[in-house]
This record gives sequence, structure tokens and C-alpha cells, in this order.
Amino acid sequence: MKENECILEMRNITKTFPGVKALDKVNFEVKKGEVHALVGENGAGKSTLMKVLSGIHSPSEGEIIYQGKKVEFAGPLDAKAKGVVLIHQELSLVDEMTVAENIFLGDLPRNKFGFIDWKGLNKRSKELLERLECEFEPTELVGRLSIARQQMVEIARGLTQDVNIVVFDEPTASLTQEEEKVLFENINRLREQGTAIVYISHRLNEIFQISDRITVLRDGEMTGLLNTAETNECELTSLMIGRDLEDHLDFEKRGRDEIGKEVLKVEGLSKDGLFNDISFSIHEGEVLGLSGLVGAGRSELAETIFGVRKADSGKIFLEGDEIKVGDANKSVDLGIGFVPENRKEQGLILGRSVLDNLSLAKIRNLNRYGFIKGREEKLIYQDYQDKLDIKTPSSKQQVKNLSGGNQQKVIMAKWLCINPKLLILDEPTVGIDVGTKAEIHKLIRKLAAAGIAVLVISSEMPEVMGVSDRILTMYHGEITGEFYAEEATEEKLIKGITGIEAGACKVG
Amino acid sequence: MGSSVKTESNLKDSSSKKINFAEIIKRHGILFVFLLMIIGISLRTDSFLTQNNMLLVLRQVSVKGIIACGMTYMLIGGEFDLSVGSLVSLTAVLVIDFHDILGPFAAIIIAILAGISVGAFNGFLVGFLKLNSLIVTFGMLFVIQALTLLYTGGQYVSVSNQGATWFSIIGRGFIFGIPIPVIIFGIILIIFGVVLSKTVYGRYLYSVGGNPIASKFSGIPKTYITFSTFIITGLTAAIGGIILGSRLMSAQNYLGQGYEFDIITAVVLGGTSLFGGSGSIPKTLIGVLILGFLSNGFIMMGFPYYVQWVVQWAILIGAVWMDVASKRGKILA
Repeated sequence: MKENECILEMRNITKTFPGVKALDKVNFEVKKGEVHALVGENGAGKSTLMKVLSGIHSPSEGEIIYQGKKVEFAGPLDAKAKGVVLIHQELSLVDEMTVAENIFLGDLPRNKFGFIDWKGLNKRSKELLERLECEFEPTELVGRLSIARQQMVEIARGLTQDVNIVVFDEPTASLTQEEEKVLFENINRLREQGTAIVYISHRLNEIFQISDRITVLRDGEMTGLLNTAETNECELTSLMIGRDLEDHLDFEKRGRDEIGKEVLKVEGLSKDGLFNDISFSIHEGEVLGLSGLVGAGRSELAETIFGVRKADSGKIFLEGDEIKVGDANKSVDLGIGFVPENRKEQGLILGRSVLDNLSLAKIRNLNRYGFIKGREEKLIYQDYQDKLDIKTPSSKQQVKNLSGGNQQKVIMAKWLCINPKLLILDEPTVGIDVGTKAEIHKLIRKLAAAGIAVLVISSEMPEVMGVSDRILTMYHGEITGEFYAEEATEEKLIKGITGIEAGACKVG
Repeated sequence: MGSSVKTESNLKDSSSKKINFAEIIKRHGILFVFLLMIIGISLRTDSFLTQNNMLLVLRQVSVKGIIACGMTYMLIGGEFDLSVGSLVSLTAVLVIDFHDILGPFAAIIIAILAGISVGAFNGFLVGFLKLNSLIVTFGMLFVIQALTLLYTGGQYVSVSNQGATWFSIIGRGFIFGIPIPVIIFGIILIIFGVVLSKTVYGRYLYSVGGNPIASKFSGIPKTYITFSTFIITGLTAAIGGIILGSRLMSAQNYLGQGYEFDIITAVVLGGTSLFGGSGSIPKTLIGVLILGFLSNGFIMMGFPYYVQWVVQWAILIGAVWMDVASKRGKILA
């Protein structure tokens, strides 16, 4: 042991799967009362390392020292019983049960008749919630809580015993900025109570906000152990991807007077409870950013423009011609592409091949009497696999086996090969590693340069500001501001998306 | 960068070894079972592996096989049709009854229209009104039975002058020694197989069954695809009813009873997923043949015919288990 305060040390961990070295002599340590960030691209081995820690995988080599003793946990439950709690990106709560029931699920306190001791249950839950300074009652139904609060329930569940280490795996993926703040406060509170925190994330700004130290993994190897205060994003990125990443978000933008002809025009589009009286237009070769918090109605608006949702009122024009709202089939014919927010549920047929997914929109024009032109399909596939650098062993590979970034590229390719006039991208880089993210940003600019009108929806400020020529802010179903790239500042946008100036600068 | 791809995909499936095991069983196990079964039965009976017996089996399976092709589309598209059995009865009764009134050609048209109409109605309820296909078609099973009973009054219907019509050729005739029902089955196999694997329609069908939401988000007219699978299945049921009517030259209301069980068993046995999105026509053919040879073999080995229901159930459970196991990536839950 190097220092007494190290509560956990993973030494020389190597994990080989048949034919692959997933982890190669990785060292990882956490001290009491520190937030230790674990970063790396998708597939770098972060999850594998945590699986080794919790005992889901046993290491091929190396040892785990926990509280000064060599241990090997039998699985997440065993780890939890011994004070190591993992909180996953996907929450495992039962919506129909109360907060208290969820916290003690599987170990509900019982009275002498064997029935559930509701009083005791709620009292103990209340104590836990108070410790986390949560402002909701143990008797509330979990399904009614916001995601951030649900996450707190998940954390509270971990605290039912003495806990020494809490591992957060991508905790902010589905949180709004407000909710993120609450989470960070709670993490800080845990840290002050002496708990060791492992924080896994893609988002570098978060890591700088919350962590004390950072361990970087790349391709299963540990490439750095840094003190957060002594490093910066550039160093971190180059450690993660092994090369210096040029400041890729510094694109040349179009100004007010360089706008091309109008491609899409939305007029007074409304849907009760989702968005109200939305009007804007996008032009040839323009990247329009749409910034707003989750729940602002951004995705719903995009889905309505594409036609998978119907509107109550309003009109949509494509190149001057009115199009029927709510007919996605027609939209594709007209040249509108849509990369949805949820890759796996909305974007891909996971069980089908890369080829099938890539050509799914194109085949409507790539057939003779309904028969798919196989050779041309293959050529298009090769063309886009090459252009977008999609990494797959073969065209027949099931798309579910690709990494998140490559899956996203397949969806992008699906729409690019129909030569769209308008491309709508809803959170195009969520859950994607830094390298691919940069590629997608470059691609977006390239598409605009080729004359495509692009609508980018994102909750990441730097992304919206980095790629857009013009930015609309949306709050509570209404457009609250419009900014050209040169005048947009983070401050202005935040005002727009949080509704501080709602209605004050309405576009129309 | 090639190696890093491998790393990623392997990291994702920590239990990839088990998946492959299930995958192999699922892909090739059924052929193995088929061969084993044929060898087993032929060791116990001499007349099993004869040309005559083979043709007999093929003729016996052709009606169910034709409908199984439609059912394959149905399951790939992610829906069910339990009403095919009673639709066979209805169309057989219609074709026989109208034969003496309007002649064979018109009778065939009427039977086909009836099959398509029932399919369209089911398809409307499931596709456009988004109702659960199990409930819709399970109810329809009895509705059609009731209609058939109402129509026949529970009586046999038969063709009065069997010598004076060409109609019996469909069910009883041969071309180059091959029974015509088998030839029709063969043609339908080819058409359905080609459409499924080579056309836009086939690709859409897999997509809609594999992920209905993503299909919608890709601009695929999902409602119409679902609607069409019911029409297609209704059509195959009508073809089956016509062949059956022609073979017997008579019909009654319970002619197709229980067909849905055999047909769905055959399709699932072949490896088409109950969850939608995967399957193929050649697989269905193997499933159909297994059931056909099994029932033939059981009779030749002297077992009572109802024993095969038990065996068939066991086989179905096995096939469904494989399907589920390969989905969750391991054999046991």
C-alpha cells in the first residue's frame, strides 16, 4: 500500500477475452473523500474495469486491494454488501412503487407478523433522503419523479448499508443542467462525508467541475493519472485519443448576409402541451442550431417536422411547397432525413445487418419493379463506409454489435445516401466518444458546405455554438431567441433556454 | 484500426461464447434434428424412405406449407394470425358450394376474395386501429367458424357431378408424376422466398418486425406493411382451402380446425422468431417438412395419430426456447 488513505487499489489488472486484451496492466486507486474520474473513449475499458471491480468479470491477472485486504467480489450484490455501490446509467427502479419501497427493495423491513413495516420503512427512507438533502417524500411514486430525483433514489438505495465507494457510470447522460447541479451537490456532500467516488463520464467539462483526480484509459491501457487542478482539456483529450485534437469546433461560419435560398419554412406550428406557435426557416447550406433543455419540446418539434408526429395547427413548407404534416414516408421522398435522439430505439433495426440499416431509406429509389438493385446497393454501402469511416468487420455484421459512434455513423449514412435537402439531427453526439464526436461535427459542416440545410438539436452548449451558423433557443415549447454565430454567447443562450427572457425576443 | 473494432465488439458481449453456442444450435440444429428424425424413422419402417411415401408426405404438407409461407411473413412482420384454420374451412365450403352454382372458375375467385377480405378486415383492425393481433385473430377464429356454420347449417357440402368438372385436378392431379398441390406449394415457396429476400417489400417487412419505431423513423409505411401481411396470409389460407376442397370434392365446417397450431409450429420450428424481424422461407420449408415426416412416420410406426400432438408440442417448446435463449444470449434464464 502506497498510502493509508487509499481505500481501493486495483493493481496491474489485465483482462483478456478470447482473442482480445480488454485491459492491460491497469492500475487504479481511489482515496477516501475524493472524486476520481475515469475517462476514456468508448471501448477504452472503463466499463470492463468496473465490471472487474464488482466481480462480474474476474481479472486474468492482477489484484484488488480493498481496505487493506485482497478481495474478490462475487458480484454487484456482494460488492454492495461490502460497501462498494455501482450506480448505472440505466436506472433499475420500479416506477409503480414508492420511493421508500424502491430504496429497500429486496430487503423491506418487516414487523413481527411478517408484513411490511411501513412506518419503519418510511422513517428509515426519510432519514436517508435527508442525508442526501432530497426534497421529496418517501411515499411518492418513483415514476412521478424527475430523472435526477430518481437517480437520488438509486443513490439512497446504495446508502442503506455503510458505503465506502460509490461508482457513477455516465450519470448525467439523461439529466438537464439543473438536475446535473443537484447531482453534483450530492456528490460533493458524499465526498465531504468521506465516501470515495468513482466518476465515469464522456463530458470533459463535468470532469473538471467535479473531480479531484483523473485516470485516463485508452485501448485497455492506462495512459495517465492526473491531478485535475494541474491539467486541462487539451492534455486530457490527447491522452484519451492518443493524438492532439485540434480545436475542431472552430469552424468558419456564415454570417447574416451570406444566407442561401430558403429550404424549410415552418409557420405557426403548434401541438397542445408540447410546443406552441413555432415559426422559423432554414436555408441552403446553413446549420441551424436548436438549443433547449430536455422537455422544452425540441425533439417533439423535430419529429413533427419529419412527420412521425402530427400537429394541431401550422404549416410546413419545403422549398416553397407546402407539405403534409405527419407523413414521414412522404418526407423521405421529398428529401428530409432525420437522425433521432435515441439510436437504439428510434434509429436502428438492431437485429439486421449494417447494410440493411444503411440502405433502409435509399432502397425506395434503388429498385426495379420492387427488386432491390443489389450491386448498386453494395456500391453505395462501400462509398459511405469509406466516406464516414464506419468500422465494421463486414456489411453483414448485425448493427447491434457496432460501437455507439459507428452506429451513429450508419444512421447518418442512411440519410446522406438519399441526398437530402434537409437533415435534422437530434442530439447527434450523445454517448459518443470524443474522436467520433469531432468527426461528426466536421461532417455536419461539410454537409452544409455541400448545400444541405441542417437542423442540429443539442443540449451541449459548446456543440451548438461550435457547429451552428444561427441558433434558436427554445424554452417550454416556445422559441425564445435567435442568434447569429458571431453574436451568440453562452450567457445569452442560457438565458434563452431557461426562459429568463421568455417572450422578450420572439422570432416570427 | 481493424483490431480495435474487434476489441469493441468483443467487449460488448462478455458472454459471446454462449451466444455463439445458442446461435449455432439455432442456425443448424434444426437440420440436424430433421436428418436424425428421417434416419430414425427409416430404420424402423421399410416403406418410409420410398419415393411414393415421400410424394405422399409432400402432398400432405402442401396445404399447410402454403399457409406457412403467409404465416412466415406474418411472424417476421411481428404479428400473429390465429384465424387461418377456420378461414381454410370457410373458403373450402365456399368453393365447393359455389362450384355447382357458378362453375369452378367463379367459385375459385369467390373463395380467394373471401380469404383476402377476412385478411383485410384483420389487417385493418391490427394495422390501422393498432389492436393486438392475437386478440383480433383469436376472436376471428370463432367468428369465421360461426359464419361457416351459419352458411352450411352444419351440413356437408359437396360437388354433385364429380365426373363433369376439371376442378378436382387442383387437388388430385399430377404433372410429370408430381402432385399438383406440391407444384403449387413449390411455386409459392419460390415467389415468397424471392420477394422476402430480394425486394424492398421484404426489407421493409424485416424492419417493421425488427423495430417498428425505428421503421417509422425511417419513413417506412408501417401501417400498410402490417395490413398487407394479413391480406397475404388470408390469400394463402384461401389457396389452401381451394386445394383441400378440390382434393375432397366436398367440405365441412371443421375442415381446417387446428391448422393454426401446426402452421405456427412449423414456422417457429424453422427458426422464424416469435418476436418478429427474423426468419426465412427456406427455414419454414424445413419446419413444414419436419412436421410432415413426423406425423407420417408416427403413423407408419403404428402410433396413434394423437401422440404426435404431444411430440409436436414438445418440439414447439424446444424451438421457442431456442429463440428466447438466443435473444437473451444464454440457454438458461
